[in-house]
Amino acid sequence: MAEIKNYTMNFGPQHPAAHGVLRLVLELDGEVIERADPHIGLLHRATEKLAEHKTFLQTVPYMDRLDYVSMMMNEHAYVMAIEKLAGIEVPIRAQYIRVMFDEITRILNHLLWLGASALDLGAMSPMFYTFREREALMDAYEAVSGARMHAAYYRPGGVYRDLPDTMPQYQASKIHNAAAVNKLNENRQGSLLDYLEDFSNRFPKNVDEYETLLTENRIWKQRTVGIGVVSPERALALGFTGPMLRGSGVVWDLRKKQPYEVYDRLDFDIPVGVEGDCYDRYLVRVEEMRQSNRIVRQCIDWLRNNPGPVMTDDPKFGPPRRESMKQNMEELIHHFKLFTEGFHVPAGEVYSAVEHAKGEFGIYMVSDGANKPYRMKIRAPGFSHLSSLDEMAKGHMIADAVAIIGTQDIVFGEIDR
Amino acid sequence: MMEAQALHLIESLLSFFGLWEMLRGFIEPVWPAVWIVLKIVAIIVPLMLGVAYYTLAERKVLGFMQVRPGPNRVGWWGLMQPIADGVKLLCKEVIVPTGANKFLFIAAPALALAPALAAWAVIPFDDGLILADVNAGLLYLLAMTSLGVYGIIIAGWASNSKYAFLGSLRSAAQIVSYELAMGFALVCVLLAAQSMNLGEIVRGQQGAYGMFGWYWIPLFPMFVVYFIAGVAETNRAPFDMAEGESEIVAGFHVEYSGMGFALFFLAEYANMILIAALTSVMFMGGWLNPFHGWPLLGALTDGIPGLIWMLGKMFIFMFMFLWLRATFPRYRYDQLMRLGWKVFIPLTLVWVVVVAAWMQTPYWLW
Repeated sequence: MAEIKNYTMNFGPQHPAAHGVLRLVLELDGEVIERADPHIGLLHRATEKLAEHKTFLQTVPYMDRLDYVSMMMNEHAYVMAIEKLAGIEVPIRAQYIRVMFDEITRILNHLLWLGASALDLGAMSPMFYTFREREALMDAYEAVSGARMHAAYYRPGGVYRDLPDTMPQYQASKIHNAAAVNKLNENRQGSLLDYLEDFSNRFPKNVDEYETLLTENRIWKQRTVGIGVVSPERALALGFTGPMLRGSGVVWDLRKKQPYEVYDRLDFDIPVGVEGDCYDRYLVRVEEMRQSNRIVRQCIDWLRNNPGPVMTDDPKFGPPRRESMKQNMEELIHHFKLFTEGFHVPAGEVYSAVEHAKGEFGIYMVSDGANKPYRMKIRAPGFSHLSSLDEMAKGHMIADAVAIIGTQDIVFGEIDR
Repeated sequence: MMEAQALHLIESLLSFFGLWEMLRGFIEPVWPAVWIVLKIVAIIVPLMLGVAYYTLAERKVLGFMQVRPGPNRVGWWGLMQPIADGVKLLCKEVIVPTGANKFLFIAAPALALAPALAAWAVIPFDDGLILADVNAGLLYLLAMTSLGVYGIIIAGWASNSKYAFLGSLRSAAQIVSYELAMGFALVCVLLAAQSMNLGEIVRGQQGAYGMFGWYWIPLFPMFVVYFIAGVAETNRAPFDMAEGESEIVAGFHVEYSGMGFALFFLAEYANMILIAALTSVMFMGGWLNPFHGWPLLGALTDGIPGLIWMLGKMFIFMFMFLWLRATFPRYRYDQLMRLGWKVFIPLTLVWVVVVAAWMQTPYWLW
């Protein structure tokens, strides 16, 4: 009598569909998954430990690199935690800029998610279209901070600097002649806000393109409807947040339930799914892109009409202007102390969370009055989602495991930290 | 007829040199064999070139659909790319896995390519331009496409690798299921044309209405089923689960490198062009003028040789293969099999009955 054993297979760290470094050990019965065991830690970079040895300002770039597809939102949670602990008042213009860039970051994240998820399921073209849109947004990141991806733009007390009045222009080269360059520079003639407005005008049509390719597509529906169904109760119990939770029908969005920055003044809707399968989560994220576009428009309009400071004027936290720094002793000393020793945050502990593109991204910070945190714990949304992979993938086939990993929007930077 | 003309030309050339009598004495006994070999070369050489440039066309077309240029570095417009690829594959080391059955491992790609090439013997390119005008052309074709499955199974088994084996079994099951659908679709064509000779099938579509006299109208569901089954036969997207992502990164040819891989690749693309040619012959009138008999266009276009029409139709279907790949996600394996068995085969069975009944009525105009 032959003994039937389950066939164990490594959906290994090197895999085109494993979204980073995921070692997924699958126990298979033929093609049906009996058990899925994710092994993580292949991207562990000791971010929390490093934060304990860096000043508060020096940790900001580490935050960018956590969920490396939605950079500024990670920074946002972190600077909000510091501001709560220290009681810093952030100027209103800085809040609008942060909200605008948060929503731009959400669009960035969802565009990459859409392209990668479609590619995993075999539709290779949406990836190129979404990355084309991402290029425009990364140019916005670059204009405002100097870096296309890891911007380190948000600072405790506000943002690094105000929005620029000009955008960098393309130069003629051997590849693009002057006529082509003029065409490329068409939407860069004004300030960053004009550039973003042009993007925001074009964007709904682009989302329509992606929807045309996928939403009513019979094959896409067959691959995503009924796959990875999570009931609302289970979703709450497993610690889901963000589109994973809203896809199952639970109406929970930190921007509405626990508004922070200026979200309570903005007009937008929260899409909520019904079935809790991959298809609903796809629809939720696509609609979120459209709503984010709406928010970006409102922020652009406000920012155009309301100039002001973008950094707190409390000299203990916000760096002084360079002109004053080069002329006055007080400012020079403050500049020196802020950028060497850093500011001191009063003792205490705080948890601050933002509605990140993937869910609730939280920073729990314990300070003992020093210039470095005593303990910084990062609550990554992808961690809870990935830990539920076993429950979601049981009974499905290997091809569905790919779909489920895609729908959870796994990025290893934040899971392994 | 062509034979006589070619003969006449060579004769006049050589008699100029006084060699004609000598040469004739040598070759005359084996002339039929030599003529057939020449015809085979005349088919295979353009076909292989076509396959090579079809790979470039795929990359360019996919590129343009994805807002990027595709290969454009190797030669102007990337035209030397297939040659570069060919040279690379030739120079690559052929790795035979340990424990693999060496003979079968080397023979499998040849077993996959041979039927793909052999099937071209019965394809009519123009009226009379056919290598083997057999009266059982359709039967021969079905047999050849079925033989292609052997190459896949043997490749998977001979690789001595779990994933290759899984992939080859999946692939083989997929091909066999869709062959049934293809076969029944062709039965409808057989009914309509009342002959298995491919030249006769094309002549059966000749009429005074140009493209409306072809079989794609009465047999429209079969046309669609045949083309989609053809896409599934060649393991192309959206039916490329056996080759696509998941655990079997390249399916049955995961262990192959260098020339072995090249042969599988050639076989796949040769099969694709074959399906395009067959769709044109069975449903789209082969070498016939689509505007034949039309008021103004008919007279204008009647002079164009049939070969051009045949190639044009093949290009359209070849483009559709690429278009499908760029657009659709893949089917999961069980959904793919469900489509073949529960959707296409019942549809073809029903349509056979419909066509058979239709042909008895006076409403059958084809």
